[in-house]
Amino acid sequence: MKKIYSVMVENRSGVLSKVSGLFARRCFNIDSLVVGETFDPEVSNMTIVSSGDERTLEQIEKQLNKKLDVIKVKTFNEEQSVSRELMLIKVKYNKNNRKDILEICEICSAEIVDMSKTHIMIQICNTPEKIAVFRSMLSGISVVEVARTGTLALPKCNDKDN
Amino acid sequence: MNGADAIIKCLEEEKVKYVFGYPGVAICPFYNSILSSDIKTVLVRTEQSAAHMASGLARTTGTVGVCAVTSGPGATNLLTGIATAFADSIPLVCITGQVNSSLLGSDVFQEADVTGAAESFVKYSYLIKNVNDIPRIMKEAFHIASTGRKGPVLIDVPIDIQNAVIKNFKYPEEVNMRTYKPTVKGNGMQLKRLVSALEKAKRPLICVGGGVALSNAESELRKFVEKSNIPVVSTMMGIGAMPTEHPLYFGMVGNNGKPYANKAIRECDTLLMVGARVADRAVNQPDFLTDHKVMIHMDVDPAEIGKNIGPTIPIVGDAKAIFEELNKEDINASEPEWLNKLYEYKKELNIKRFPDSKYVDPQEFIEYLSDKMDEDGIYVADVGQNQIWSCAYHVVKKGRFLTSGGMGTMGYSIPAALGAKLANPGKQVIAVCGDGSFQMSMCELATIKQENANVKIIVFKNGYLGMVREYQHFTYKDNYSVVELNDYPDLEALAKAYDFDYFKVTLDKELSRTDKFLASDNPGIMEVNINPMDIVKG
Repeated sequence: MKKIYSVMVENRSGVLSKVSGLFARRCFNIDSLVVGETFDPEVSNMTIVSSGDERTLEQIEKQLNKKLDVIKVKTFNEEQSVSRELMLIKVKYNKNNRKDILEICEICSAEIVDMSKTHIMIQICNTPEKIAVFRSMLSGISVVEVARTGTLALPKCNDKDN
Repeated sequence: MNGADAIIKCLEEEKVKYVFGYPGVAICPFYNSILSSDIKTVLVRTEQSAAHMASGLARTTGTVGVCAVTSGPGATNLLTGIATAFADSIPLVCITGQVNSSLLGSDVFQEADVTGAAESFVKYSYLIKNVNDIPRIMKEAFHIASTGRKGPVLIDVPIDIQNAVIKNFKYPEEVNMRTYKPTVKGNGMQLKRLVSALEKAKRPLICVGGGVALSNAESELRKFVEKSNIPVVSTMMGIGAMPTEHPLYFGMVGNNGKPYANKAIRECDTLLMVGARVADRAVNQPDFLTDHKVMIHMDVDPAEIGKNIGPTIPIVGDAKAIFEELNKEDINASEPEWLNKLYEYKKELNIKRFPDSKYVDPQEFIEYLSDKMDEDGIYVADVGQNQIWSCAYHVVKKGRFLTSGGMGTMGYSIPAALGAKLANPGKQVIAVCGDGSFQMSMCELATIKQENANVKIIVFKNGYLGMVREYQHFTYKDNYSVVELNDYPDLEALAKAYDFDYFKVTLDKELSRTDKFLASDNPGIMEVNINPMDIVKG
């Protein structure tokens, strides 16, 4: 089972290490972890995707809440949230496959962000599943480098949000 | 006023009476400032002991224990003591000196990243980077250590921060932390479910852990138990929550516990766990507790509930507050059949011991000692066979039973006993250890003398690390590996060297020598010769 944790933490030095250390120490999985500032400079937001059985996923939430630098933990499943990931991918091209690559990019709404005579860099921002599809579509092409942000997520809009 | 003065002022505001520690350059400003305070300092002989002494003080007074050591090796030596306190949820504030803040991270002399090293076994830690933060941080540290699930808080203070000038010192009256608001009162709805579950139960049982003593809930628990007539068992840390000879108390559970206590846990149909972690030594098959049982788990730490066991009814809150609430109602859960059954088990099921008449039988000795001890005496058990025998045979009346239950840190008893004695000068304090654990802390004999504290030390001498030897006896068929201690030290000569009384018992008929040992005004060591091949399992 997968779960997404959106964790508001105090923006202090060492907090990331405390939170990631908690996962390591208690043998919780981290599928991905993204940290960034929020609108409040004193608060950072961590989006952590983890997987495990129900008891583990519940423990993760409780242990996160126990951390004194954690302000609030929200948890949700993938279907309850909008999740996005950004990937930059650098591939080698030649005149035989250039068109194919461009076509795949178009179908998957990916963008060419940089280019040389031999390489292009593609940016795609989409759900983790779509990114996986895109990545597999490029399987016949020589990929030089990949960088991914990991999943970012927020719960879906609700009229009761404040 | 500099940072160090400010820290001392904060300690005074918190009414701290003792600081246990060891100076070094990085904590010297602190130890210079403390000279102009009434706070007493105790110079330990190794830093780990400072935390254990603070623990002994904290556990017997219900206040926060404080220790202060230097950077680098001073701080790393303290770590085992901090981890020990963390495992048993003991409230400590540990202050460590640190190198100059401009040198942090450059691996200079006596620099160690102690907040990083201790992260997984402190409740919280601070590295002070601005002298003006001292009052807030100190206030928060004491608050965090002593509320919710208690535990050690570490404050690392670079030497330049201790020396920096602080303007407008003001100790905050309140703590304002948006991330920390522990639940004290139990949820009303859950309490109703608890009451109705206990009333429906045919075979109810309460299992108490260290949380009862930590929340000072002994009398509320007792009132609840007596009103409802529900039998009680305890974990190791829960020993003393009920007087040992109380008719409703049925001993310690677990793989080293009383067989009838384990039988009670197996056969009950409704189990109320109070302030216990349900760790492996107490319950080796947690699932067993939830099969065909109503399991109610009460703990101040929500993360404990459901960690090792999935309860039917979770209750988050402080044991004292919850029992006070529960005592307002009448709960009638008594089932005489169930109690009678437990009395039968208690009579029938006992560990059979086979004492060797050439030695002192630990059971005989501890029972004798218990009988001769003051009613409100403090008994500090170390770790090993001595601990298991102490748990099994010491009779707690109105006193306390202290031991390192969670971490099982050898060498705990002597420093913890000294901390307890300094905090309770009028009470009898006895440390019981083996010859292995004794040697881990024997350097503190000097501290005991220096503090002129009448601590009694009992050493079960068998020339072995008995608990491990016993394990190797069962698991490796007597292939003993690295467990044999030789006959050293000569305890009589050692006692003489430190000006301690010295007594020795080699046979059961000499037990009465204990009387003189206890009566003396001088601290003493009593050597008890026990059978090296004795086992606790029976």
